[in-house]
Amino acid sequence: MVFKLNNHLLSSIASSNGHGEDSPYFEGWKAYDSNPHHPTENPNGVIQMGLAENQLCFDLIQDWLKNNPKASICTPEGVNEFREVAIFQDYHGLPEFRNAVAKFMEKVRGNKVTFDPDRIVMNGGATGAHETIAFCLADPGEAFLVPTPYYPGFDRDLRWRTGVKLIPVDSESSNNFKVTREALENAYEMAKLGNIKVKGLLITNPSNPLGTMLDRETLRSIVSFINEKNIHLVCDEIYAATVFSQPDFISIAEILQEDIECNLDLVHIVYSLSKDMGFPGLRVGIIYSYNDAVVSCARKMSSFGLVSSQTQHMIASMLSDDEFVGKFIRKSKRRLAARHRIFTYGLAQVSIKCLTTSNAGLFLWMDLSGLLEEKTFEAEMALWRVIIHEVKLNVSPGCSFHCTEPGWFRVCFANMDDQTMQVALSRIRTFVNKDVDTKKPKKTLRWQGSLKLNSPRIYDDFINSPHSPIPQSPLVRART
Amino acid sequence: MAIEIEQPSVGLSKVAVSETHGEDSPYFAGWKAYNEDPYDESSNPSGVIQMGLAENQVSFDLLEEYLEQHSEASSWGKGSPGFRENALFQDYHGLESFRQAMAGFMEQIRGGRAKFDPDRVVLTAGATAANELLTFILANPGDALLVPTPYYPGFDRDLRWRTGAKIVPIHCDISNNFQVTTQALEAAYEGAVAMNINVRGVLITNPSNPLGVTIQRSVLEEILDFSTRKNIHLVSDEIYSGSTFSSSEFISIAEILEARGYKDSERVHIVYSLSKDLGLPGFRVGTIYSYNDKVVTTARRMSSFTLISSQTQHLLASMLSNKKFTENYIKENRERLRKRYEMIIQGLRSAGIECLKGNAGLFCWMNLSPLLETPTREGEVALWKSILHEVKLNISPGSSCHCSEPGWFRVCFANMSEETLEVALKRIHNFMEQRKTASS
Repeated sequence: MVFKLNNHLLSSIASSNGHGEDSPYFEGWKAYDSNPHHPTENPNGVIQMGLAENQLCFDLIQDWLKNNPKASICTPEGVNEFREVAIFQDYHGLPEFRNAVAKFMEKVRGNKVTFDPDRIVMNGGATGAHETIAFCLADPGEAFLVPTPYYPGFDRDLRWRTGVKLIPVDSESSNNFKVTREALENAYEMAKLGNIKVKGLLITNPSNPLGTMLDRETLRSIVSFINEKNIHLVCDEIYAATVFSQPDFISIAEILQEDIECNLDLVHIVYSLSKDMGFPGLRVGIIYSYNDAVVSCARKMSSFGLVSSQTQHMIASMLSDDEFVGKFIRKSKRRLAARHRIFTYGLAQVSIKCLTTSNAGLFLWMDLSGLLEEKTFEAEMALWRVIIHEVKLNVSPGCSFHCTEPGWFRVCFANMDDQTMQVALSRIRTFVNKDVDTKKPKKTLRWQGSLKLNSPRIYDDFINSPHSPIPQSPLVRART
Repeated sequence: MAIEIEQPSVGLSKVAVSETHGEDSPYFAGWKAYNEDPYDESSNPSGVIQMGLAENQVSFDLLEEYLEQHSEASSWGKGSPGFRENALFQDYHGLESFRQAMAGFMEQIRGGRAKFDPDRVVLTAGATAANELLTFILANPGDALLVPTPYYPGFDRDLRWRTGAKIVPIHCDISNNFQVTTQALEAAYEGAVAMNINVRGVLITNPSNPLGVTIQRSVLEEILDFSTRKNIHLVSDEIYSGSTFSSSEFISIAEILEARGYKDSERVHIVYSLSKDLGLPGFRVGTIYSYNDKVVTTARRMSSFTLISSQTQHLLASMLSNKKFTENYIKENRERLRKRYEMIIQGLRSAGIECLKGNAGLFCWMNLSPLLETPTREGEVALWKSILHEVKLNISPGSSCHCSEPGWFRVCFANMSEETLEVALKRIHNFMEQRKTASS
């Protein structure tokens, strides 16, 4: 059926590009989508390294499911609960679900903190949780401070339908991209000068894309900062269970238990099972707030994105199995650590450095600034195109994360099997050696093919604004 | 432990502190009374019977039977897409097999009289999300949607709360059985214009909640013509389409469009859900079907905030693509709802209470205006309170549905067993008897 395209008036929100998909960044996804790597059917295809997914522990999950048929309301063992579960649409969520999630969150933090199940609010993934929190805390035109580099999805999640602004808090490689008090103060002052009301600070800990954790001192400094300015603190701890080596993860919840002055009404945690468990399709997003009014409001808003009761039921069952959860967390960490080791070692062999302080996440923060012809984002994009089209790897350029320094790339390593990982490493080795062999250290391999996109706009974006938001494209069907 | 500081609390947003979530209305107050004292056949026989919740519990056995016979289709492994692939699937296009199954199911409900393209099916977590999402796309803050009264109380929150949009009512009354008329449409539109409000669309629910009636073909044509004349959108919430007592009596806007060769169809969008027809409100399965490409694309992007669990998509894709099952289910479900409807109408009639003649839905629209002390909203609320606290029935007062005429109540009949419905009818009978003796 073809319908005549009419100039029908849609809202400003609908007509805007706040969805973030009109970006050159899409090229990487398209390249992967149209030519996806497969070990036997398409060994020369593009390997997807731009998708932060955790695929390392599905064997454990599948075993558990086989041994626990009651967790599903569709099996003969579980179908007697079908009716009750199918009717359940209370936005408080199944009590056993909230209890299980609270316990899981505690376990992930080494049982150093406790979470009250009554403060747990469901949402449509962390995507839904972030938007809901923004709706609760800020009016259109007000702003959140966000340390760079940050997850590109925030540009859409926090801003699109809410009208809220994001103000970057810059960081530098010279101190491993740490969040400094000075940078926070600067960003706050800039906002004031621009007559923008700052309502909160959003941190992601562990960080995406850095894969680093905030240390105790930084967290305490952040708590003191938000209390001084009387603004909210939203902590996205979505990668909490992916901390695979020392030091241990320090949650904001732990800081709040210490000897520190803090208005608890200011603190909110966003969580999800998409990364730690590898369940992005199940849409389990969580808001945990220490503020009663926010819990109440977010809960009402969760009507727009409740977790399927079928999923709540299964998750409740799975996460209340203490033995399984303990085993899962341990093994997941070990496997992530191994992947991280293999990759960083493989890259080091061709003199490619990654952020050394990174001990978490599903990705590496890789430094290719040495391969840039000039230290510009233009050069970064040119190098990125070569990596996509010649090396056939979809990695994510630092500019899409609002990184202030060109040459950094996020490389995901947990969304593929061992074999594919080796292929990816060997392609990188080949590419770097070829570049070295040409004996022109400063030469950048330019992509000679036609740019399928609107090239003048790309350069405009960079020349006019190095912080030009290039949000991440939508996540497409995952393939191994 | 953190030392708590007493500080003037930093504000939340205006949206957060507003009351537009609507939970302070009688619609929800009745639920609270029920929650505090819920009826149970054995353990609490004098508790409040919940008749304010439009749920469909009459056909669960059919679903359970399906699951018992097809557990391999809904479980993982053994040739069906594995858990892993399913758990990873977060593409906002949705599982193709599920979209196809939904489109097919919607066609079956309409007796094949309209075709649905799976690529125009956008998935959301429930119709609640679908209606809000469409409003974000069709209206700017301050703009209005015209909605015929009486309407589903949840619209006040879904269409207005976070979107900032307004609802301008299209007043309908008993003189023509609450049908929408062109005069009423024009009056509502002019009223909005006079208040400097920009009207972006009309939103109808067909079959109607709370009336329990399908909209007639001629009225649908009038509404579509009106929308075309004013160059505004038309949203048709067809969430009860599978709950009409007889298949032939429901006419979807899709049929009207098909008959017109899809001329001017880009302004039309259909909302659907499995919460009522299949009785699965907990699974959060909503859909937007739009004839407008830009709306489909934008809605799909926005659905990122409210995707359906892939686990649930997988289960329902399998169930709904079993045509034999769905055909039987639709037929059987209609029949059971019709029987329930007859039962409650007879019961009420023998107690001296009349209802609007209905042919769809999970409720009847009951007329208690003769019982009002005063023919006002206050009189209606007073009557509602006494029914809640004396008769122990939670029914929904028409005022919570913005009905312009006092004395009407929505009474749900499909969310309980037949035995419980008998108990409820008996209580109503006694209540009416007492009133008769009191006044004689």
